[in-house]
Amino acid sequence: MTPILAVRGLSARIAGQQVVEAASFEVTEHGVTALLGRNGAGKTSTIKAILGLTERSGEVTFAGDRIDRLMTHRIVQRGIAYVPEDREVFSQLTVEENLRLAERGGAPRRAIVGELFPELLERAKQQAGTLSGGQQQMVSLSRALMNDNRLLLVDEPTKGLAPRIVGTVTKALEAAAEHTPMLLVEQNLQVVRALAHTVVVLSGGRVVHTGPAAAFLDSELVHRHLGVATEEEAA
Amino acid sequence: MRTFLHSRWGKLAIGAGVVAIAAILPLLDIRIPGVLPGPTYTPGTLSMLAYAMLIAALALSYHLIFGVAGMLSFGHAMFFAAGAYGLGILLSLLAPTGMPPEAVFLLAIALTLVLALVLGGLVGALALRVTGISFAMVTLAFAQAANVLIRRNTAGLTGGEEGVRIETDVVPELLVGVVNTRNLYWLALGILVLVYLACLWLERSRLGHVVAAARENELRVTVLGLRPYRVRLFVFAAAAVLGAIAGMGFMLLQSSATPRISTADFTLTLLVIVVLGGVGYRWGAIVGGIVYTLLDQRLADLASAAWIQGLPDVLRIPLSEPLFLLGMLFVLVVMFAPGGIVGLAHRVSRRRGGARDATRPEALQDVEA
Amino acid sequence: MSILVLLLITGVGLGALYFLVASGLSLIYGLMGVLNFAHGSFLTLAGFIGWEVGRRVGDGTWGGLLVGMLVGVVVGALVAALTELVFIRPLYERHIEQVLVTVGLGLASVALFEGIWGTDPIQIRLPAWLGETTDVLGANIPNDRWLLIGCAILVLALIVLFLQRTSYGLVIRAGVENRTMVTALGIDVRRAFTIVFAIGGAAAGLGGVLASVYYGQVSAHQGTSLLIFAFIVTVIGGLGSLTGAAIASVLVAVIQQLANFYGGWGDFAVVLALALVLLFRPTGLMGKVKH
Repeated sequence: MTPILAVRGLSARIAGQQVVEAASFEVTEHGVTALLGRNGAGKTSTIKAILGLTERSGEVTFAGDRIDRLMTHRIVQRGIAYVPEDREVFSQLTVEENLRLAERGGAPRRAIVGELFPELLERAKQQAGTLSGGQQQMVSLSRALMNDNRLLLVDEPTKGLAPRIVGTVTKALEAAAEHTPMLLVEQNLQVVRALAHTVVVLSGGRVVHTGPAAAFLDSELVHRHLGVATEEEAA
Repeated sequence: MRTFLHSRWGKLAIGAGVVAIAAILPLLDIRIPGVLPGPTYTPGTLSMLAYAMLIAALALSYHLIFGVAGMLSFGHAMFFAAGAYGLGILLSLLAPTGMPPEAVFLLAIALTLVLALVLGGLVGALALRVTGISFAMVTLAFAQAANVLIRRNTAGLTGGEEGVRIETDVVPELLVGVVNTRNLYWLALGILVLVYLACLWLERSRLGHVVAAARENELRVTVLGLRPYRVRLFVFAAAAVLGAIAGMGFMLLQSSATPRISTADFTLTLLVIVVLGGVGYRWGAIVGGIVYTLLDQRLADLASAAWIQGLPDVLRIPLSEPLFLLGMLFVLVVMFAPGGIVGLAHRVSRRRGGARDATRPEALQDVEA
Repeated sequence: MSILVLLLITGVGLGALYFLVASGLSLIYGLMGVLNFAHGSFLTLAGFIGWEVGRRVGDGTWGGLLVGMLVGVVVGALVAALTELVFIRPLYERHIEQVLVTVGLGLASVALFEGIWGTDPIQIRLPAWLGETTDVLGANIPNDRWLLIGCAILVLALIVLFLQRTSYGLVIRAGVENRTMVTALGIDVRRAFTIVFAIGGAAAGLGGVLASVYYGQVSAHQGTSLLIFAFIVTVIGGLGSLTGAAIASVLVAVIQQLANFYGGWGDFAVVLALALVLLFRPTGLMGKVKH
């Protein structure tokens, strides 16, 4: 399969400190590629570097074009949607305003919000800051999924959510992954197992393993690269 | 040769050489038309150079706060004014006590230093409770309050808009009058060297490293169990004392002080100087201070030049305002030469050496909240 | 009693002036993280040009004043937008350099104004009614205060409407909260930067003409002295909060007037208020923004 996103020698710095070092990997044109690693391994920084949200160097090629010199909004306008860690909804804005802000050209599919998360429609006029964590994640996902995307960058979508909501979110991601490729950062290994076909494992800002998801999850590499804590969380 | 110049002893030799040359200037007859108003031995030129060196010393003390600790203070002029006004007022208060003049002079200096230390400690202790832009605003507010106090002739001491004149009876004769400008010049040079050495020592000390580390990454310093607040307070108070020393030199040189030296604009001038010279470089503050003062003086002379006066208004007005030209120069430096004069020099010498490219000075990366 | 009424209404009038400067400062800081030291120059320039145009239309008449106010708004908006495009935008996301550039522009422009209009204040002529007073509960309120208060309320209402009802307003509100996420939704937030500069400049421009009404003169330093109080207002109100700026403007001005009347220490009272607010509530009265 040809990659939709190819990352070559990507490095990122935050406050003068190197957090991603010469990472190289690819995101295939179909399905979910999971980006794994312990806390502080550089997963979020990698996603931010792809989007130009941190100081970065190296090559990032998206659908054949270099995007590593572009400003963030230009990268996103090319069809890359971002679901950030901690959701980052605009808490002072209403749900409806959050969604309106995220509409990107073309024909945004507002209907998809109703299909995936009907409860958001009832709360359209509510301030997003007053929503529960799960509902905020639904807003954050809706902002991404309602546009026509060619790639989804999704950072820890199930973090801190109740089990019932984890199920809803996973289903929504699964549906999205059917037609849009996805780079997914996820600590919950059950979710990874359900969605991903390939894993890229980071440690200390470097890529230490790349391969099929199932084989990785069944091997002892899981312990070595992700540690025991992650294993427990997954259980 | 190159390696020697970059070694520790080489640097020391260069420094000593520069100071030695500066020290013998009053004995020489050097003329630089367009830069200096006259030969180097004349009082007019010496007085201007002395003023430039005191401003350089003040800029160096500001460099400690802005360049090293990464704190954007808008109140530093307050400490310079504290030095100048403190010395002037204390001299005239102590003069009638009947103590010997030498004792009055030394006591006034000592008390002014204490005053600056207390003022710096108090303002710092309050302002450092907040960071970033809020810190800048608190320092600005305090400086503004000080400026109002000085302007209002508080307790009949500060002389309002007239300012304070120095009580020459209690000042050592060697430092009084135009005939002794040479001595005042040496005094200014001495103050500059003193402030430079103090900065050097502070920056090299463990404390200096901690404060610089806290500028880059506050969290990491806190995790290491160090309190950024205390080291910053120390640096702030030290800079206040050094600024006051420059202020005392200013008082002796000019024999008077006006509220101008306590305004926010005066602090902004310091900011301009430090950035012009190159943020984060000790030499930047010195070069910036001297270049700025010389430019300021020469541009003022330029304004009255006949050929400028003959120009049409559109050109004449901007060209006759030194501060306009300096302000725009500053804007250009910020936009196109972030390392300032010294940064440019580094870049040129490195390129010649074929080695690394100069990067943006780290101090500028993030001082904000 | 009548003294208190006088002090309160006069204070609100001065607060109106502070608000016209502080509203723009607060919006610009909230969205961009830039403290704009050139803001006072927008005010001064608009004040001068508004006066120059106004007196040619009709010196000391309402027509002249209204035209002057309009010119002030336009000049303020244009100069501010230009400043953003030419000087601020190339330094995108380099906040300290952006602040430094505005410092340089502030210093340079004041010098230029002195070159053009001289260092001394110029007395101006106003419609007669503005020099008269109106009796409110026994207090003789100078009429120009009503003009100031009315204009500030109008500006506040217009800015709120813009923020709430337009798509750019939405981008600005979102950007004040989380600028990074706005760009990550594919929005070019820089356009919003130019707009807040223009809005802030327009308000400051109107403030410039009204400051000349309030003080009865135009001078090269009018903006600089108002700017310092506007900074204090902005910090007390909470950087980035328009409501905070409105409340703090009135609060600061009233405190200043009262303290000035009872003992003449108005400026200190303001500094004291700032110190207290920062010590007990470092984000300001209404501040939530953290950049």
